[in-house]
Amino acid sequence: MTILSVFDIGLVVLLLGIGASTIAAREAFAAVIGFVVYGLLLSIAWVRLSAVDVALTEAAIGGGMTGMLMLGAVARLRVAKGSDTRASLPARVAAGVLSAIVAAGLAIAILSPPEAIPTLAPMVMENLAQSGLGNPVAGVLFVYRALDTLLEKVVLILALLGVWSLAPDNVWGGIPGLRVYARPDSTLTFLAQLLPPVGIVVAIYMCWVGAKEPGGAFQGGTVLAAMWLLVMIAGLTSVPSISQTWLRVLVVVGPVIFLAIGLAGMVLANAFLAYPSGYAKPLIVAVEVALTLSIGVALGLLAAGPPERVQQQ
Amino acid sequence: MASFLFGAAGFVLTMVALGLVVILRRPAEVDHMMAAQLLGTGGVAILLLLAAATETPSIVDVALLLALFAAFAAVAFVRSASGQENEV
Amino acid sequence: MNLVLDIFTVSAVSAGALFLLAGTVGLLRFPDPLTRLHALTKVDNLGLGLVVLGLLPQADGPFGALKLVSIWLLVQLSGAIVAQLIAGAVRQRGPHG
Repeated sequence: MTILSVFDIGLVVLLLGIGASTIAAREAFAAVIGFVVYGLLLSIAWVRLSAVDVALTEAAIGGGMTGMLMLGAVARLRVAKGSDTRASLPARVAAGVLSAIVAAGLAIAILSPPEAIPTLAPMVMENLAQSGLGNPVAGVLFVYRALDTLLEKVVLILALLGVWSLAPDNVWGGIPGLRVYARPDSTLTFLAQLLPPVGIVVAIYMCWVGAKEPGGAFQGGTVLAAMWLLVMIAGLTSVPSISQTWLRVLVVVGPVIFLAIGLAGMVLANAFLAYPSGYAKPLIVAVEVALTLSIGVALGLLAAGPPERVQQQ
Repeated sequence: MASFLFGAAGFVLTMVALGLVVILRRPAEVDHMMAAQLLGTGGVAILLLLAAATETPSIVDVALLLALFAAFAAVAFVRSASGQENEV
Repeated sequence: MNLVLDIFTVSAVSAGALFLLAGTVGLLRFPDPLTRLHALTKVDNLGLGLVVLGLLPQADGPFGALKLVSIWLLVQLSGAIVAQLIAGAVRQRGPHG
């Protein structure tokens, strides 16, 4: 056994252990911490699988954003019911059985692959140069499967609408109920002043480097969202009400530009979402920049939750 | 050189694993909050060692995001557990 | 020259690993959350700093080295502030909260 396989086995054992402790945790808060730790560790596992793009997304989404969403849910549960509400025994058994079936299905699918694994990867690598991109993942996302990527961004907006629609009628268009850590002159204020400039540079870097190396709009947008949330949590800027025009424009600008370029492709390149030859890279970078902004605002608003108050004049 | 760096990464992983087990088994919530910070240092060290060992510079970017989001997660934990939070 | 740099890397990374070991021992052995925070955010940061120092000769040119140092500074900054935040939570809730 080489050092590397010992490392990999150790990592897997640790992941399984953290996963088990997350499931076994009695307190919702402890379970969320376990989940976030699991997400951060999983990014190391993706690195070992040579999927650096996925590792970046996992660190950002699994470690940061999902944790933030779940902490919001935990806080809501505490206010709503108190902490010791357990589902009835039949419901728990049913959930356990269904989870086991899904896990068994996945295990069967992964453990018995077809003998020759179907792959289009060599073709992607052969034709990647035509798009001017250096990162095959970006090539697949924005050239070969651009429709999937477009729909994925639209789904993000639908998810945001779903969260917003939880608001009662009288506060529709109001301010999301993100809870603020209100302590004047706390160290958090200091962090919220120092970290966002760094984060914004990292987000721009992620978005820019995505065409050539692992990275891209989703990773960059998530960093932006986290920095925005940090500033709002520290109380340095107020949470905007969701009826603001600028906010709604920012949420849709990415998908709209993507769609516009896609429609222009019907005229200029004879197919929906096709790029005129020679212009593929600049167009893709433009779409990525717009998507970074939209993803950042949409994820930030998702974590901020449904509107709870109306704007006071 | 590479095998030394892999070995070092494995050693740091063992330290992180031990630390995580200890932190997550303690009953107090304040101990649990330290878990994200532990990955902020240990996880970053592992990734940087792997980046040098496999000569893959893009892994350094993963370390960068891990550092950033570990800090973000730690802040979110403290805020969520704090009794002082209120709506403003 | 290469051999000298490699020896430098091996010794600095080993020293860093030693500090990370010390940090973990601190997490295991220290009696209360406030002292454990010292082990976590000071000793571990020093360990990471030594690892980064050792990896500098292996870095991808001067910009790669600059990135490594920036990552360490970022962890330093967040470690210092997170330590304060968690310590605040300990003071507010008591060591068993």
